[in-house]
Amino acid sequence: MSKIRVLVGTKKGAFILTSDGKRKTWKVSGPHFAGWEIYHLKGSPADPNRIFASQTSGWFGQIIQRSDDGGKTWNTPGSSLEELKSPEGFPKGESNKFVYTGKAGTHKWYDGTQHPWEFKRVWHIEPSLTDPDTAYAGVEDAAIFKTTDGGKTWQELPGLRNAKGHLWQPGAGGMAVHTILLDPKNAKRIYVAISAGGCFRTDDGGKTWKPITRGLKSLYELPDPDAEVGHCVHRIALHPARPDVLFMQKHWDVLRTDNAGERWTEVSGNLPTDFGFPIDVHAHEPETIFVVPIKSDSEHYPPDGKLRVYRSKTGGNEWEPLTKGLPQKDCYVNVLRDAMAVDSLEPCGVYFGTTGGQVYASASGGDSWNPIVRDLPAVYSVEVQVLR
Amino acid sequence: MIRVVLPHHLRNLARVGGEVQVEVAGPVTLGAVLDAIETRYPMLRGTIRDHDTLKRRPFVRFFACKDDLSLEPPEALLPDAVASGEEPFLVVGAMAGG
Repeated sequence: MSKIRVLVGTKKGAFILTSDGKRKTWKVSGPHFAGWEIYHLKGSPADPNRIFASQTSGWFGQIIQRSDDGGKTWNTPGSSLEELKSPEGFPKGESNKFVYTGKAGTHKWYDGTQHPWEFKRVWHIEPSLTDPDTAYAGVEDAAIFKTTDGGKTWQELPGLRNAKGHLWQPGAGGMAVHTILLDPKNAKRIYVAISAGGCFRTDDGGKTWKPITRGLKSLYELPDPDAEVGHCVHRIALHPARPDVLFMQKHWDVLRTDNAGERWTEVSGNLPTDFGFPIDVHAHEPETIFVVPIKSDSEHYPPDGKLRVYRSKTGGNEWEPLTKGLPQKDCYVNVLRDAMAVDSLEPCGVYFGTTGGQVYASASGGDSWNPIVRDLPAVYSVEVQVLR
Repeated sequence: MIRVVLPHHLRNLARVGGEVQVEVAGPVTLGAVLDAIETRYPMLRGTIRDHDTLKRRPFVRFFACKDDLSLEPPEALLPDAVASGEEPFLVVGAMAGG
């Protein structure tokens, strides 16, 4: 029988939740890296026991951790004590070295002046679909880095910042590459999203990038209807069988594109708010999508104190609230952009974590929900692996 | 040998308990001790000072013999008591929480 492993990054450590394919009984392992902020963990599709984790701290900076045994043990790649005897020479301890290529340059600052690019942390790690030694890191200040040696060293793909990077301006949450989507049908195509930066695509493996924001509207922040950058994209998602179709939760509105981002169309329909963070696609139904509407702009919690996932089975526009098993009064948590995931079992499992420390799971495509855990630190990210 | 006390999180990262000891050949300067720590424990590179600039991270402080050495330049000699191993060199996570 298949096993399920849910990787949870929180404000105070990482947790690994495991179950069998029934997804009824769960074991909780953690905290790993207790006391550190874990922005994201994700397993390699090419080697599911290899997991990358972004560990960060306001005191001690960025750490990259890697497990090669499904999260039982961890190492900072290229600096373990065992590698002191490595034939490659003395370990350099560079797995946390993220240096912008060439002159770092400047981006737009809050007062309209230019401000130097400064690395702060890794928000998201996206392992290659085919090579366990290759992964991409989305970082703050916004840039994308790549490793081809299992995380020992990271090199920037600087072409992204050439896509009008001087006009990007941080929002209240910072300016980070928070989403990286790899096209499973085209190894050269990658999508990224940046809050208050926009959405970008490369078709040459990361050398050059272009904004893909036509059709996005951000009336108050960006009066120019043709603005290519500056849209506050909160999350994008795709179904692997149909990678030209993307869904987006933006600061305002939910949108879709059917041509790889060349043109976006709003599909917010009957959603109760125009704001939210995560969006994800059903594993078996490419037109079924999930969002968690949040009251914007200033409050950032569910409207009416009711935690509701909204599901559309029509690719947007027509939405139904999913409430069974979720708190329907006095609930004022948030669900952050990287804190929703789906599994590929039948029926599709859907998972999300909250800033209140709950991780909810549905083993029925969203029809009903149960909390796996209730009292973790604030959840930053949720990823799920199916182990066969 | 130079005795070094690391903060909790860096001890965990380096997988050590209590004090560690590092060897410094030549003058026992602040920079030489930090070099020795990072050479012996490569996983600590970038956590105490920046990889490239070697500047101290803002919320990391250095103490020895009850003196705050955080603002000393890398070439500053550490106290004799540290050089002789009588007193430890302290790397401290600053009180900067909230």
